[in-house]
Amino acid sequence: MKPEAAAEAPGGGVIEPAAGPVKKAQTPFQRLVADFFESKVAVFGLAITTCVVFIAIFAPWISPTNPFDLAKVDIMDNLLAPGDQNLAGDFTYVLGTDGSGRDMLSAIFYGLRTSISVGVTSGVVALAIGMSIGLTAAYFGGIVDTVIMRVVDIQLSFPAILIALVLMAVLGPGIDKTILALIVAQWAYYARTIRGSALVERRKEYIEAATCLALSHKRIVFRHLLPNCLPPLIVVATVQTAHAISLEATLSFLGLGVPQTEPSLGMLIRNGFDYMHSLKYWITFFPGIALLVTIVGINLVGDQLRDILNPRLQK
Amino acid sequence: MSVFIIRRLMQSILVVAIMSVLVFVGVYLVGDPVHSMVAPDAPQEELERVTKALGLDRPVYEQYWIFLGKALQGDLGNSFVMNDSALKLILQKMPATLELAFAALFLSVVLGIPLGVYAGLRHGSIPSKIIMSGSILGFSLPTFWVGLMMIMIFAVYLGWLPSTGRGETVEVLGIEVSFLTWDGIRHLMMPALNLALLKISLVIRLSRAGVRETIHMDYIKFARAKGLPYRRVIMLHLMKNIMIPVVTVIGLEFGGLIAFSVITETIFAWPGMGKLIIESILLLDRPMVVAYLMITVMMFVVINLAVDIIYSVLDPRVRLQDVKS
Repeated sequence: MKPEAAAEAPGGGVIEPAAGPVKKAQTPFQRLVADFFESKVAVFGLAITTCVVFIAIFAPWISPTNPFDLAKVDIMDNLLAPGDQNLAGDFTYVLGTDGSGRDMLSAIFYGLRTSISVGVTSGVVALAIGMSIGLTAAYFGGIVDTVIMRVVDIQLSFPAILIALVLMAVLGPGIDKTILALIVAQWAYYARTIRGSALVERRKEYIEAATCLALSHKRIVFRHLLPNCLPPLIVVATVQTAHAISLEATLSFLGLGVPQTEPSLGMLIRNGFDYMHSLKYWITFFPGIALLVTIVGINLVGDQLRDILNPRLQK
Repeated sequence: MSVFIIRRLMQSILVVAIMSVLVFVGVYLVGDPVHSMVAPDAPQEELERVTKALGLDRPVYEQYWIFLGKALQGDLGNSFVMNDSALKLILQKMPATLELAFAALFLSVVLGIPLGVYAGLRHGSIPSKIIMSGSILGFSLPTFWVGLMMIMIFAVYLGWLPSTGRGETVEVLGIEVSFLTWDGIRHLMMPALNLALLKISLVIRLSRAGVRETIHMDYIKFARAKGLPYRRVIMLHLMKNIMIPVVTVIGLEFGGLIAFSVITETIFAWPGMGKLIIESILLLDRPMVVAYLMITVMMFVVINLAVDIIYSVLDPRVRLQDVKS
């Protein structure tokens, strides 16, 4: 696959170059990591993404307050501007409060948790489904391939937002339903991507060799074909996750996504929409910034991955 | 050629038929509309009467056959809420949506192509870098949030532009349009720009890539060597050659504009089909949802069919490949 890997492979007759000290060979993975860290922008993106994921995972422990604990939320503190103190004067709302007196900072932390988990869960499941279907199409070819790819083509001729919208109209709001809608809206992208690279890989000698060894279909597909089709899939997965988070926010903003009880960032923005005309910008503005930072962070990582995993651009 | 068109036409009809089943069965699963129409304390007889009046007491497949039969005659049922023909209600709102979509398309061409060409010609300069970063932002920013921020800046804080509705309209050929009055244009500006953002970014990238590829071609060098003015080489020789991919993509993306107008219309209270469908979904108005989806599916199928046919005229390889497989 990679020249470095070939040099490492055990096998008699590889003569070490005599001159100079022998440098320890880099594994392909180490080389990718080194390539990735060459771009400052990408490292910045990775840092943002890590922070956001950290906040999403640890939201209940790092949030200043619990915005969903009705006993702790005081309606008297509603619509405070960023930096205002609460009525008792012992707590500062860094990003202000919303219409029911919830601390915006905490609400954003919890909202990130919902947004990221919906985006990542739907992305992973869509990846698994799309990958299996795409690999099946490429490996078996013929009528299976034609039928599957027709379905994929038809689905891709409709924008993802429309498909998600239709499904949410049919299913009604809810976190599980949002995840389902996002999976259906996304699987085809993965299927097409992996089929494309699998079609190229399938004709190579190592697959032929594996077939000659009479290995099972399952083993050839998952142990030989799949690992070599992964690079483009990783890129698509990164970009699609950002896309899924954005889609979920859009659906929730339209009132068709997650329920009011577990607001994602989109839902927070929707809630702030009503207050915007009375100059209370912070309820809409800050959740939007959080959403933006998340999406841009992931996209920066995705861009760099695309560059380092693209064989055509390799030095 | 005709074989190709017939094949594609059959495929399109098949897609519409499958979609009609999916849409109908899917929408059939939405919560019971009877309960959203009668008072919660209504007597049992009232419930049964409404169920019967709406035809909901029959089995699903029978409802589908009735739906299909009527649909072929252009009757997609009556709205539960507005008690009028769903198709008529949606078609009434369609000009507003189309106006918005065309305005967005216009903006993406007028802003996208010059910016993209400039970024391609002055590759590496600071304005070019700003344009490209802007287009990355255009891809990353969630459209609906940008719309909200536009309202906040231009409508709430600066008070320059109105944020809701279509404003004053003029009737042209029996269709109300906004873009012929100053008030209408002021109303149209923000929604159209919001809807266009993603497409502007796309057109910038496409035309920049086109310029970067074309500029090194021999015929450009030859035109310059011949002593033609720079301006003429760019405007004529270069532009003609980068337009092909740009125009194709713009055509394909038009359907996307209609789909995304759902969001823009909701934010800017633009009275089009998108806003109507969101309201209908939230009110569980089934015939409206079914009618909207069927109209949208038809529009997409027609656009795709048209693009396919134009493609095959322009590039015979597509046609031959299809016949072979």
